[in-house]
Amino acid sequence: MTVLTADVAIIGGGLHGCSTALHLARAGATAIVIEKNHVGRHASGVNAGGVRTLARDEAEIPLALESLEMWHRIEDLVDDDCGFETHGQVRVAETEEDMTTLRTREARLQSLGYTHERWIDPPELFERIPALARYCLGGLIAERDGAALPYRTTAAFRRKAEALGQRFVEGTRVLAVAQQGQDWRLETSAGKISAGSVVNCAGAWADRICAQVGEPVPLEAIAPMMMVTLRMPRFLSPVVIGTGRPLSFKQTTEGTVLIGGGRRARTDRDAETTELDFQELGASARMVRDLFPVMRGAVVNRGWAGIEARMPDDIPVIGPSLRAPRLFHQFGFSAHGFELAPVVGHVIADLVTRGASDSALEKFSIGRFASPTGSVRRL
Amino acid sequence: MSAVDALKPSFELAVIGAGPAGMAAAVAAAQRGVATILFDEQASPGGQIYRGVTTTPLRRRELLGDDYWHGQGLVDALLGCAADYAPRSIVWAVTRIGDGFELAVSRDGVAHLVRVAHLIVATGAQERPFPIPGWTLPGVMTVGAAQILLKTAGLVPGDGTVVAGSGPLLPLVLAQFAAAGVSVDAVLDTTPRDRRWRAAWRDVIGFATSPYLAKGVALLRRARAAGRVVRGVESLEAIGDHRIERVRYRAGGQTIELACTSLLLHQGVVPNINFANAIGCEQRWDEVQACFVPVVDAWGASSVPGVTLAGDGAGIAGARAAEAHGRIAALNAACAIGRIDPAQRAAAGAAAQADRARWLRGRRFLDVMYRPAPQYRIPVGDTVVCRCEEVTARQVLESVRLGCTGPNQMKSFLRCGMGPCQGRFCGLTVSELIAKERGSTPAEIGHYRLRFPIKPITLGELASLPQTEASEQAVVRLPK
Repeated sequence: MTVLTADVAIIGGGLHGCSTALHLARAGATAIVIEKNHVGRHASGVNAGGVRTLARDEAEIPLALESLEMWHRIEDLVDDDCGFETHGQVRVAETEEDMTTLRTREARLQSLGYTHERWIDPPELFERIPALARYCLGGLIAERDGAALPYRTTAAFRRKAEALGQRFVEGTRVLAVAQQGQDWRLETSAGKISAGSVVNCAGAWADRICAQVGEPVPLEAIAPMMMVTLRMPRFLSPVVIGTGRPLSFKQTTEGTVLIGGGRRARTDRDAETTELDFQELGASARMVRDLFPVMRGAVVNRGWAGIEARMPDDIPVIGPSLRAPRLFHQFGFSAHGFELAPVVGHVIADLVTRGASDSALEKFSIGRFASPTGSVRRL
Repeated sequence: MSAVDALKPSFELAVIGAGPAGMAAAVAAAQRGVATILFDEQASPGGQIYRGVTTTPLRRRELLGDDYWHGQGLVDALLGCAADYAPRSIVWAVTRIGDGFELAVSRDGVAHLVRVAHLIVATGAQERPFPIPGWTLPGVMTVGAAQILLKTAGLVPGDGTVVAGSGPLLPLVLAQFAAAGVSVDAVLDTTPRDRRWRAAWRDVIGFATSPYLAKGVALLRRARAAGRVVRGVESLEAIGDHRIERVRYRAGGQTIELACTSLLLHQGVVPNINFANAIGCEQRWDEVQACFVPVVDAWGASSVPGVTLAGDGAGIAGARAAEAHGRIAALNAACAIGRIDPAQRAAAGAAAQADRARWLRGRRFLDVMYRPAPQYRIPVGDTVVCRCEEVTARQVLESVRLGCTGPNQMKSFLRCGMGPCQGRFCGLTVSELIAKERGSTPAEIGHYRLRFPIKPITLGELASLPQTEASEQAVVRLPK
């Protein structure tokens, strides 16, 4: 049997795997992306498409801001605009408590030198979002944020990576990962692959790769639910997110309204199935009905959920394995990895090809889950 | 019992669909003492075949024919039995809870949750898509839709109507038109004249001894009174600027144009698999019927434990076979919930199985004879495939060449199948089109993965669902 070889083997054909493949090509390294289904099959293809720096964990803000600049020039990177539109994102305060949360956050971010989140009072809020219910008390806006089309984005990164010579092997499962001399040897359902380095972009299944190198992580497979309505007359430009209650809400260019926000479906990651929880969606519907009276008669056409990985502290694992040489982790984006994909692909490509990155990655180290004995530490 | 106003929170059995299979299933289950509810979208029972049987304004019984009025007996039995009957009720989601299910049901704009131990899905048939050039023009509708207007409102086509297609429903509707004194300008018969019956010789004997032969001969004779019949129509096109103005067809080596004001299309029915598909029931491709059919055993049990399928939704076999299948499914449900054992099921079901076998005889011959020709199933060029999003055959083929391998990816490429109908109408066409382009089979390509809600619901209905304690917990939180 022939053995495929490349400088780098990337496990997982989601948006992150595709981005890393693209950045590796730009750095002159060859890569094979191994995908068990088809590229963009799970969360990468069906997420809310939020290009959001708003409401990020402080640890993620530098990467998110750098990535946002890449989004604003996304066509230079992948020869496709990815459906990216920038109408800002607004996090609304529904209660006094929400308002305190948001104003405290704004002050905290300013003390850290960040100005991308800005408080807006009701007059500006209602000017920007005329359809919003008048009980809202203000909000935080990130004006350069926006949204893109997830499947189109993933396909664009893949096409560009392929155009630069990277290979994609779809419908192929990685069965075993092991070091062999100076190289890595991957056993797959379609034969062997030999590579100098491995990048673990396996999303909701990434902990299984970690386990094989004796580096277990407490990863949870989650499936945030989304629903979409039939087309409606244009009433909303920015993406609206919640503060005290979870919601992500946007109207697409077609006029359909996309409702998400992190309420979860039940999921079986082995069967790769999700089952929607309609009572949870009912809670989302109540929030939408409260915030946008225009939505009361909206017709919900479809619900779905994409499977992805969540870490206990809700921030990703980005960086080298601490157990095995030339293995790099890029997973656990905890339902907000879409915006980060352009920059994190670049970071990982730097780590692989230069052994270093200009970005600070300590907080994303897999080491945060390791106890002194090497077993999993529960947070 | 009569239609219920309030929904009780739980039942042993829910039957979905009040056509012949669903009505027979509900009656038979209630007779076994099974606590049963029958949900139906329509305001009155009957399904499509007996649609409006209790409410039709048509008073002359001979107009719709004896087979139609047979439905009255089924409705009487339903209303006289112990099962609850919930009209105007859309079951739009099913969730497995333990060994049973929780159904989300919308009624008069309010959503309810109902728990059941077992589910009989009797969602019947739908008309096969007929994607010819111009089929989306105003003035083009299906024969089934025309028949609904006849049954429920006593409306019939006006002057300048052309009927085109094939299949057993066509002569039935034409005979009903003729009985109502309505004539059409032409009947364009698209049934292929490729002497395929020679290949179906084994099925001929079954057909000849079936109830269908005599019925069919009588129908065809009466149908001829409705209009001039053109046989062997090899291509068909609806033409017009903003609505249909004429139909162009090819027959006997000649291309002919015919002015018309409406065109009624029909080429058979296929199982309505949307509900079964969304629950996860395994399905297979039936090459003779050229459609996807759920996999069921001799008792209607699907691949999903707790779900029994009955009637045309489990494979096209006609109204009388569906009625028998409903009784069979009820026994399977009674067995599944422990009311009877398999031996009792076999004994009690023998009569229904024999009845069903009688009505199945000859069906395969009809399937072979009326299998629509490829040019009427697999469109080309700018012919619309997905009506909701106006996706053409050319666009579908282009996305296949760009690397799209199946119907589910096609949604991401083209929004094909993502409009209001959620792929209920274009699913079959898309699977066949992709299969042809890739040199594969629909069995390999598969069907859209259908998602809940099975039918669109308003946000207000969704918001009316009862709240749970857990609903504020299972969420991904943003940082403060």
